[in-house]
Amino acid sequence: MIRIENLRKSFGELEVLKGISARIAPGETVCLIGSSGSGKTTLLRCLNLLEAPDSGEIWIGGQLITDPRIRKTDVRRETGMVFQHFNLFPHLTVLRNIMIAPLKVRRVSEEEARDTALHFLAKVGLSEKAGNYPRQLSGGQQQRVAIARALAMKPQVMLFDEATSALDPEMTGEVIKVMKDLSDEGMTMVVVTHEMGFAREASQRIIFMADGTVAEIGSPDVIFNRPNNPATAAFLRNVIHM
Amino acid sequence: MVNWTLIWNEMPNLAKGAGWTLFITFFSLSFGVAIGLTLAMLRLSKRVWLRLPAAVYVEAVRGTPMLVQILLIWFGVFPMLGLNRAEAYYAGIAALALNSGAYLCEIFRGGIQSIDKGQREAALSLGMTEVQVMVYIVLPQALANALPAIGNEFVTLIKDSSLVSSIAVAELTYRAMLVAARRYEYFTMYVGIAMVYFVMTFTTSRLLAWLESRLRAGSK
Repeated sequence: MIRIENLRKSFGELEVLKGISARIAPGETVCLIGSSGSGKTTLLRCLNLLEAPDSGEIWIGGQLITDPRIRKTDVRRETGMVFQHFNLFPHLTVLRNIMIAPLKVRRVSEEEARDTALHFLAKVGLSEKAGNYPRQLSGGQQQRVAIARALAMKPQVMLFDEATSALDPEMTGEVIKVMKDLSDEGMTMVVVTHEMGFAREASQRIIFMADGTVAEIGSPDVIFNRPNNPATAAFLRNVIHM
Repeated sequence: MVNWTLIWNEMPNLAKGAGWTLFITFFSLSFGVAIGLTLAMLRLSKRVWLRLPAAVYVEAVRGTPMLVQILLIWFGVFPMLGLNRAEAYYAGIAALALNSGAYLCEIFRGGIQSIDKGQREAALSLGMTEVQVMVYIVLPQALANALPAIGNEFVTLIKDSSLVSSIAVAELTYRAMLVAARRYEYFTMYVGIAMVYFVMTFTTSRLLAWLESRLRAGSK
């Protein structure tokens, strides 16, 4: 589904990605973990070209998206993204937030966009909020709407960038549950997270990043119980103690 | 002292002048908004050859008196363009629009830049083009935020439009000048139109404040 080959990215003098290679199978949920500054968010943002890699290749669904001739908009409509700060459109109702991309990008009819939006709104359990504005919703509800908004484009891949980091603890559960359901349904997901519970239970594989490189890739069992890289063990000790 | 009878008798004349004032203001602001939006887009462009001329234009307009701009356009630019038979109020509207466009540019630019960059990224991540992001996501929010400033510009323009009296456009100030000179009633006529201007600006700003509170209530 996704193939990353020797990906490099620098911001000025700072090299953030130092030759990343990884594969993600269709239907797989992969978590990216690591301390802040390890490059996991940059890697995620390269997958929908919000960041342009300096060199290396990314293939998604058989398409080389790092090809300079490719249209970024074509790549992005196939990769949904959920942001740390939700980024709902405050001037639109919940329903319109979800409808706008199918309407303007996929150019479906008003009725189809509405049906799709209501379907995904029901899926995240917020049907009764269709007519509300984002600011009338709690953080957890806003993030669920943001997930529905991304799903409404029917993407091949879903990217989550610390989707629960900005939420109050009592609201992370509802968002994690939606993500878990999505993972169980076979959505291909790449998840940058500090939620070790989600990484352990919902992902098939975990990529541990350190200092712009892939330090270790493995199943949750291997990563959490018998990591090969001492750095992985050290990181997890710190995170779990916190 | 103020000759109230004269003001009363001149009311139809002054009302016509006030009508022209509002007419000129309305069209100047409308064209000014279009000019201001265009300039704001240019100033926010990544390309320096689009950004620079817009910046120079804004600085030039803001750094010269509006009266000079009006005279330059009517006595300089219009004849140069062969518009010798045009009405003076065309030049008046053009000058006011070009002037307020420069000020509105800065208002719009500020409004656009105040929108969180997460909005742009979210819209891009859904597959929107840069133009779609601007039209459907950034501008509606930026314009809503800029509405009070646009309202202020409207009030400012009502007052500044009096400067087009200098090129004999028969708006409120020009009519008062003629009557004052003919009747030697300077104090009366200028007190009279000061009151008319005040009624216009006060009503407008109250109306805008009411409109704004309505809009705010709608989206909250």
